[in-house]
Amino acid sequence: MNERRAAILFLAPALAVILLFFLIPVGASLLLSLTDFDIYALADIHNIRVIAFRNYSELLRNALFWKALVNTLYFTVVGGPMTVVVALAAALLVNAKVARWKPLFRTVYFAPVVTTIVAVAIVWKYLYHPRYGLLNRGLELIGIAPIDWLGDPKWAMPAIILLAVWKNFGYTMIIFVAALQGIPEELYEAARIDGANTLQQFRHVTLPMLGPTFVFVGIITAIGYLQLFPEPYVMTRGGPVYSTLSVVMLMYEQGFKWWNMGYAAAVAFILFLFIGAATLLQLRVQRRNV
Amino acid sequence: MNEEFRISNEELRKGRRQGILHSKFFIRNSKFIFLLALAFSCTIRPAHQEHLKFWGLGHEGEVVAQLLPEFTRRTGIRVDVQQIPWTAAHEKLLTAFVGDATPDLAQMGNTWIPEFNAVGALDSLSLRLANSSIREGDYFPGIWATNVVDSVVYGIPWYVDTRVLFYRTDLVPNPPRTWDEWLAAMKHVKERRPNSYAILLPTNQWEEVTILALANHASLLNADGTEGAFRDPRFVAAFRFFVDIFRRGFAQAVANTQVANVYQGFAQGDFAMYITGPWNVGEFRKRLPPEMNGKWATAPMPAPRASDWPGMSMAGGSSLVIFRASKKKDAAWKLIEFLSEPAQQVRFYELTQDLPAHREAWKMRGVANDPPLAAFRQQLEHVAPLPRVPEWEQIATNIYQDGEATVRGRMTVEQAAADLDRKADHILAKRRWVLARMRGQ
Repeated sequence: MNERRAAILFLAPALAVILLFFLIPVGASLLLSLTDFDIYALADIHNIRVIAFRNYSELLRNALFWKALVNTLYFTVVGGPMTVVVALAAALLVNAKVARWKPLFRTVYFAPVVTTIVAVAIVWKYLYHPRYGLLNRGLELIGIAPIDWLGDPKWAMPAIILLAVWKNFGYTMIIFVAALQGIPEELYEAARIDGANTLQQFRHVTLPMLGPTFVFVGIITAIGYLQLFPEPYVMTRGGPVYSTLSVVMLMYEQGFKWWNMGYAAAVAFILFLFIGAATLLQLRVQRRNV
Repeated sequence: MNEEFRISNEELRKGRRQGILHSKFFIRNSKFIFLLALAFSCTIRPAHQEHLKFWGLGHEGEVVAQLLPEFTRRTGIRVDVQQIPWTAAHEKLLTAFVGDATPDLAQMGNTWIPEFNAVGALDSLSLRLANSSIREGDYFPGIWATNVVDSVVYGIPWYVDTRVLFYRTDLVPNPPRTWDEWLAAMKHVKERRPNSYAILLPTNQWEEVTILALANHASLLNADGTEGAFRDPRFVAAFRFFVDIFRRGFAQAVANTQVANVYQGFAQGDFAMYITGPWNVGEFRKRLPPEMNGKWATAPMPAPRASDWPGMSMAGGSSLVIFRASKKKDAAWKLIEFLSEPAQQVRFYELTQDLPAHREAWKMRGVANDPPLAAFRQQLEHVAPLPRVPEWEQIATNIYQDGEATVRGRMTVEQAAADLDRKADHILAKRRWVLARMRGQ
């Protein structure tokens, strides 16, 4: 009995924080999503009606919502694996025995993660500039016609993905570096004795040993990327022609621009379900493979 | 140094309590006393002056500061201008209202006034107008009307905006005055240049269809703004006219994002006419190649019938509003009066190229002698406000969506009109309920 009380006592601070900052807000927004809270409610609180699931049914009929969902999935499915691959490559480089100045490179690759997105956006807008941008100058050298990166609906999302990968791979890289350092050297020695070359060592020692890390990194990246917001917000505002509108951005526009809070809360909940489903799916698939 | 300060602070307090300051203390701490005196003198002085918080949007917010030293000199009221980018203005203003952090006054797109009034954010200006240098008669009636909700004035027009017809004088020798003349002019252009188009009407904008509807005196919504009025024959006729332009090949069904460069297209003769706003006067001058000099002009909008000329266009622009939560409304009103003076309006025009709202300003040099502006001057006497309901922007989105569907043959004109009414009624459902509730009380 005493032990139980002690356990509860130790858990209490954490539980209180979860209750206060997670469960109560989530519960409140669930209730909010069942109402038609909008700007009329700002004028008079009695202008709120409980409308059950009408926000949800309207949302599912809204073409813009589907567009936002497709954009977000496009971003996650292309950008997520790209981030993981780039991060792994960078981690292998940084961790390689022949590499010099390891701490310097680790810092350089990690720097974008801790740089604020607004400052980053200014630099990248220059890079993407259709006429004076460094990127188009480079393309010009190899004979490719200039691309209107942020102005062309076809190219705006790839441009956002490129920026996001550059901005975020450092974080994943650090996790990979830690995991790589955790692989016992004996395994490589044994593999070498068996005559494995570098590629075979990577294929049969490094990759399997990184299995659990892939699960973790995959889930964290997917959760983060499904909540795509700051990159399109500062770079394109969801344009051109909604080609970079993400689900969170739609929620923000509905909630804070037009103050349709009930509707925005419904968007948030559908996204919540999506992220939950994506996480479960990844756990299933990757657990089976590991 | 710090240590000494703490001690001397203590001594100072003691000295105050005793009512005596030792001369020794004074000498030792003369630097500290000096700083203290300086600090006091700095903080006390502004307390005599009023400090206004003013939110300006976009470029206007940037340059308005240049007008303000004169205002401070005259009234002693100081103004803090906070510049808000247009793209974030709507949410910042609404969030500020919800968070009880509104400025004393702000610039506001005049189509937003009904919405901010609906939430109760704006202060009525009607009483102040009774005894003021600002007179309704000095303003264009259609523009003034955008600031009035249920006969109460909530904003004073600051600068104005409307759309007129830009055309190439070599391809369209005489600007059309009626819709029939307009179609004839388009036909003429198309016959001369079969591979080009006569007019650019981007299919992802609601403004063009709406202007045609206003010109045909369509009300768009019913009188109290609770239901759509798109099946009204006046709207249907205007909509049909719009669709016909595409069906007869006078315009190409493209979104403006698909037009890489409007100025280049206009210079090449891809299209000979374009409905657009005052900002493009400057842009046309800057971006058209030199050989286009003198080959383009502006004209007021054509009307359905000759007796109606010029046809109605829409009343846009920005107004100045005072927030209900402000504690310095009198000072804020003084600033609005100042910015509304014709002389300030002209200076503002010179800084921004935004068209002045005050009629007197149009008589002054610089505004009066600029030929492309003459069409705007004429048009501004014939502008109508858009429906004054908060939901308008949402409803307007459907207009271009259904407009594009009809142009591309996926809907008939009648189907589109019925669809627009159905969607508008759906969007306005809450408004109907709120109004019914208010009447019930």
